Amino acid sequence: MNYSMVRYILFRIIRVMGCLLMLPFLVALVYKEYDSAESFFLLIVVTLIIGIVGSHLKPKSKVIYAKEGFTITALAWILMSLLGAVPFVMTGTIPNYIDALFETISGFTTTGGSILTSMDGIEKSVQFWRTFTHWIGGMGVLVFLLAVVPMADGYSMHLMRAESPGPVVGKIVPKVKDTAKILYLIYLGITLAEIICLFISGLPIYDAVTISFSTVGTGGFAVNNAGIGGYSTISQAIIIVFMALCGVNFTVYYFLLNRKPKEAFAIDEVKYYFGVMLIAAAVISLNIYRAGVLDSAGLSFHHALFAVTSVMTTTGFGTLDFDKWPMLSKMILCILSLVGACAGSTGGGFKFSRAIIIIRNARNELNYLVHPKAVKRVYMDGHTVEGTTVKSVSAYLGLYVVTFIASTLVVALDNFDFQTTVTSVAATLNNIGPGLGMVGPMGNYSEFSYLSKIVLMFDMLAGRLELLPIYIMIKPKTWSK
Amino acid sequence: MQIIVVGCGNVGQTITQQLSKEGHDITVIEEKSSVVQNVVNSYDVMGLVGNGASYSMMKDAGIETADLMIAVTNSDELNLLCCLIAKKAGNCHTIARVRNPIYKKEINFIKEELGLSMVINPEEAAANEAERLLKFPSATKVETFFRGKAELVKLVIDEDSKLCDKALRDIPPELKKQVVITAVSRGSEVYIPDGNFILRAGDEITIIGESRNTMHFFRKLGLPTAKVHSTIIVGGGETSYYLAGHLLSLGIKVTIFERDAARCKELSELLPQALIINGDGTDKDMLMEEGVTSVESFVALTNLDEENIMLSMYVKSINPKAKLITKVHRVNYGDIIGSLGIGSIIYPKNITADRIVQFVRGRSASQDGNIEALYRLNDEKVEALEFIVSKDSPVIGIPLAQMKLKKGILIAAINHYGELISPTGESVIRERDSVIVVTTNTGLKDISDILEN
Repeated sequence: MNYSMVRYILFRIIRVMGCLLMLPFLVALVYKEYDSAESFFLLIVVTLIIGIVGSHLKPKSKVIYAKEGFTITALAWILMSLLGAVPFVMTGTIPNYIDALFETISGFTTTGGSILTSMDGIEKSVQFWRTFTHWIGGMGVLVFLLAVVPMADGYSMHLMRAESPGPVVGKIVPKVKDTAKILYLIYLGITLAEIICLFISGLPIYDAVTISFSTVGTGGFAVNNAGIGGYSTISQAIIIVFMALCGVNFTVYYFLLNRKPKEAFAIDEVKYYFGVMLIAAAVISLNIYRAGVLDSAGLSFHHALFAVTSVMTTTGFGTLDFDKWPMLSKMILCILSLVGACAGSTGGGFKFSRAIIIIRNARNELNYLVHPKAVKRVYMDGHTVEGTTVKSVSAYLGLYVVTFIASTLVVALDNFDFQTTVTSVAATLNNIGPGLGMVGPMGNYSEFSYLSKIVLMFDMLAGRLELLPIYIMIKPKTWSK
Repeated sequence: MQIIVVGCGNVGQTITQQLSKEGHDITVIEEKSSVVQNVVNSYDVMGLVGNGASYSMMKDAGIETADLMIAVTNSDELNLLCCLIAKKAGNCHTIARVRNPIYKKEINFIKEELGLSMVINPEEAAANEAERLLKFPSATKVETFFRGKAELVKLVIDEDSKLCDKALRDIPPELKKQVVITAVSRGSEVYIPDGNFILRAGDEITIIGESRNTMHFFRKLGLPTAKVHSTIIVGGGETSYYLAGHLLSLGIKVTIFERDAARCKELSELLPQALIINGDGTDKDMLMEEGVTSVESFVALTNLDEENIMLSMYVKSINPKAKLITKVHRVNYGDIIGSLGIGSIIYPKNITADRIVQFVRGRSASQDGNIEALYRLNDEKVEALEFIVSKDSPVIGIPLAQMKLKKGILIAAINHYGELISPTGESVIRERDSVIVVTTNTGLKDISDILEN
């Protein structure tokens, strides 16, 4: 274990946090919320001093391996959350630190499940920080760090791989630094595009910015009690488009920008992603239209598509309370939420590419029973998938199920109904936010006990970092000499 | 620069490591996915699994925008095919490794017709280096500058040397005579010495000067300067073949040990004047029988590093006067092997990597191909470069004493239209001169890089 490098990167994270906190500070100044501004200012000064002093001493050796990559990533996210929760407590928005931490982790992991019961009276700068955590967490803070500062030389891939979602994390250009830069530029571009679109569609600039942060990070924090339901149908349609775009593997945009449409459309999971999205929306709209939830077929499709995209991209925005929809619709949404978005996107969940690999591998295994001597590989995107990748995806599934079951058992101690217990774990582990029952689109997580909240926080972090970093960090062997 | 490296064996990895350290955008294509995984984890490069000679693979690697393609797979033919395709698909510079001696004879034709920028042959390069060392056995390393007019020579100072415990400024001029001591390595440290630097026993010094002056320097120090008269080579690979050919033409007696009988037959056909022994070179008795105790030089060129090192250590113990040359593939253990005191070590991979780094650096600067030679010394801590000074270079016309140089830079020699100048404070660099720079400040791309901003 290269402790000096772990220390160095963690202090750099603190430094970056100090810089990121300047944005809500400026917002506080703009909206004349001077008390909050003071809190933010204090925190900025303290973090910057700690960060700069701590990272002043360069590490002895910059050599890190997969183990350090995972551990650093897990610790960085925990550290970020611990720091990010402080403004909520300092400004008095969420006086309890555990609750504030839940809210922050929910923000950074782009889950979007809240413990706040009402948005009334929450200052704009604090709201801004809440949604900004989505934006930071969407693409990842280590990727950001890799884009702006040269860090681990040739070994920085271990950091990028630990933070980026998907079964195989590759680069799009030879250098990690350039790859990270390209990803962040695309991310920034999509964010700006959405802000402009939403502003034109009639949203106030503050809402346009904050909702855009929530959308592109596929987070799901809204800034008023009505959620997205309070905005016009056009604004909602814009949000649907941007949610869908951010659930796509970002490599696609790189290919498109470089005028390589063939490569962009050769990615299997993107095809399935859009296919499933449209079919599910069609079935649900029919289901809710026939059940009489809405009078108009057009509106039924609009709201069904909104719910499907919101759940598939694991954003978790709501226009209508889908908890009141017919069972078939609820079940479809539930299942889609488990699969989640594409690898290499800002969305969470199990990921389409993993599902594709698992299903195709299962099909091959069935085939072996019929033709025991047959040789068949798993194909994806026109290439064979490495045997090691198939194995690691199966292992991931195992770990995922174990985490899910264990968390559900602990949350069950709170003695809520079946729907609430199961979907609260599903919604946090997949970084969606809303589930069904008490944690439905119009509900929140405030009623859970501290133990459950801690378990759900663990689930959110584990889900965002795709399990391995967190498990490797808590494995005692990682730390033994 | 955007560079594609096809084939990631020993040489491929060394090149990848070196070029990625210099900040280039590198994509590696290799057929074994485990190797690719390894490379991607250790260096900041992109890896692709597949056959590098395939057009679609090249396209995936970005051949259309690449500046250079280096083909170093195990097969000469595949390397040439890669170059051909890269040239047609991307019109970039191409470098191929070609090792087969049969192609060697036709290499100029191949180079011309396929439009190759460079052909590398690590075996031949290693043989050339060994040859230079056998011609100059007191030196541990010999490299040439100015197309052979000047030499870089390394030697170890022992306790009885006239140089031991002397400051550089106190070395009598008739001894030094236009030779510059450019670098001193002591333990794991390397110094670019100034006049006050005191030499100690055990230091390995690097000197640069005109060939006859370096000879003179050695003679004054009482070190032999004559070439060896006999040599034993263990291992009958391509390197041995090239080396034996050179040595025989110089009239040096050559004995080659080779295990494989078929290869022995081949060698005896190719090198009729050499004595080819079909036997295990690690067999003590056999070595004794062929006169290892009295031979003037011994070259270990088997394919196993461990065997080569053991052999050299053994010969050192029974024949301490013999000049020893040991071929080592793995570069990772350079410092340990250096401390064994078994004379000259040859790293074929490094020789090749040096030439490619030289090519790439020369092309990355504003002026094309302004680096004539580049040698990395002392575990890559020191570089010796030969630059050509272009017309409007900022270094022209300033006396060296007034030049604001970066730290760790020494101007070792200036070649002005064939006249070699040993630089003093008043010396001036002129247009079209060639200049040798020795530096610990590695990564220079142009002569103007020696100046402080």
